[in-house]
Amino acid sequence: MNGEAALLLLADSRLPAGGHAHSGGVEEAVRRGAVTGTGDLARFLRGRLATAGLVTAALAAAACELAASETAAELWRRLDAEADARAASPAQREASRTQGRLLLRTARRLWPSAVLDTLARAVPEGPHHAVALGAAGASAGCAPRQAALTAAYTSVTGPATAAVRLLGLDPVTVHRLLADLAPAIEGAASAACASPGDAAGPTGWHALPGHSAPALDLLAEGHLTNPMKLFVS
Amino acid sequence: MTAVTARALIRTEAATGGRTRLETLRSDPPLTLRQTGPRRVHLVSTGAGPLRGDHLDLGVDVAPGTSLEVRSVGATLVLPGLADTPSVMVVRARVGAGATLHFSPEPTVLAAGCAHRLVVRLSLAEDATVFWREEIVFGRHGERPGRCHARFDATVAGRPLLRQDLLIGEEALDGSPAVYGDARCVGSALLAGPAWAPPAVPDVKRERRAVLGDGWAALPLAGPGVQVCALGADAVQLRERLRHGEQAAASAARPGG
Repeated sequence: MNGEAALLLLADSRLPAGGHAHSGGVEEAVRRGAVTGTGDLARFLRGRLATAGLVTAALAAAACELAASETAAELWRRLDAEADARAASPAQREASRTQGRLLLRTARRLWPSAVLDTLARAVPEGPHHAVALGAAGASAGCAPRQAALTAAYTSVTGPATAAVRLLGLDPVTVHRLLADLAPAIEGAASAACASPGDAAGPTGWHALPGHSAPALDLLAEGHLTNPMKLFVS
Repeated sequence: MTAVTARALIRTEAATGGRTRLETLRSDPPLTLRQTGPRRVHLVSTGAGPLRGDHLDLGVDVAPGTSLEVRSVGATLVLPGLADTPSVMVVRARVGAGATLHFSPEPTVLAAGCAHRLVVRLSLAEDATVFWREEIVFGRHGERPGRCHARFDATVAGRPLLRQDLLIGEEALDGSPAVYGDARCVGSALLAGPAWAPPAVPDVKRERRAVLGDGWAALPLAGPGVQVCALGADAVQLRERLRHGEQAAASAARPGG
């Protein structure tokens, strides 16, 4: 077993963990006219992958690695705090915790493990999505790179699907954008797993990527003011 | 032209009567420091640049109970130069217990062809207070910017408060509606300290609400701070938007917090 099938299950949009309810800022970008068609969407997805995608991938890989070796609640709280420090927008933190809580609940039924129980106890308000994803991946049998790949992949697939619905775009054209992003998705997963600084594990967490996207922060907060929204975030 | 290495240092100490005294003010050209008030220092750039290959290091050490204001006389224009390695600017700031630091230099302008690395390491004691503004302008008028990687790390009593990387001049990011959109400048201000501590309710993480304006937002962090982030078409609009956000963030402070 090398985690391949587990990876597919984890990355599948049919995984009942609530991922479909989030547009990753696309809904607000459409409402503001910043994304109007496939050209804008391609640039949106590429930018999202290189920022939020890379950061969640790195945190997911760190969580997956931690889950393989360590079950101390304190370390889970510390990793979750590192995720907090990389999300300035309260709307983004809330969306991330909502997704993390749902994913953790689902994962505990699919792949019950002491590690997931510890994580749920350590962060009772719900861990960040990246942290839950890495821990769930480890419990399912994935390696850190596979958890990172899942995080990078879902950072663009969810928003792409949302754009199809919001703008009535041709689904094949939009999936072509995702196909074109495949090398960048793998690149983000590799960059996420490159040992930051000179230390691996908890001593290197401070140096994990924190690539921020000011427009995503503004969009996430603007989305909360939309009374007609279809997506949670 | 040979690359420049410079290490400048500002250090305060508590004087009698609760006053602040500048204990050390060490210039190292092109990082030249001038005291312009009892607790104020201006960074006076002497010489062009930084250019590729230059390594500039500024240390700021605010002793417990003292306060310091650091500004700059003009904008920093980052230039290409001949070296293969990027220019590097590192600012390490430590703010002690009960101390206050206000750090607001003029913008960093990324001239075409530059390659710049900007690193900020800000470590705050538990009850230190800071105002830290950073503005980056994507090239001079009508110019495509060079490349820049800015990393900002702020910790409070060793705990992470804010860790961010900004990349400018990268194909994947420039012009992305998810990152900078059609903006030509990006800026942020961090207001941190006990006055911005989130209410302590055990086991419940209720996020505080952001204040949102046109092209800016004041974002309450998970820890004791608010980050104002803004995008702008030019440096004037950016500053105006940051100021709106900074006012919103300042009024979110809890008195005596």
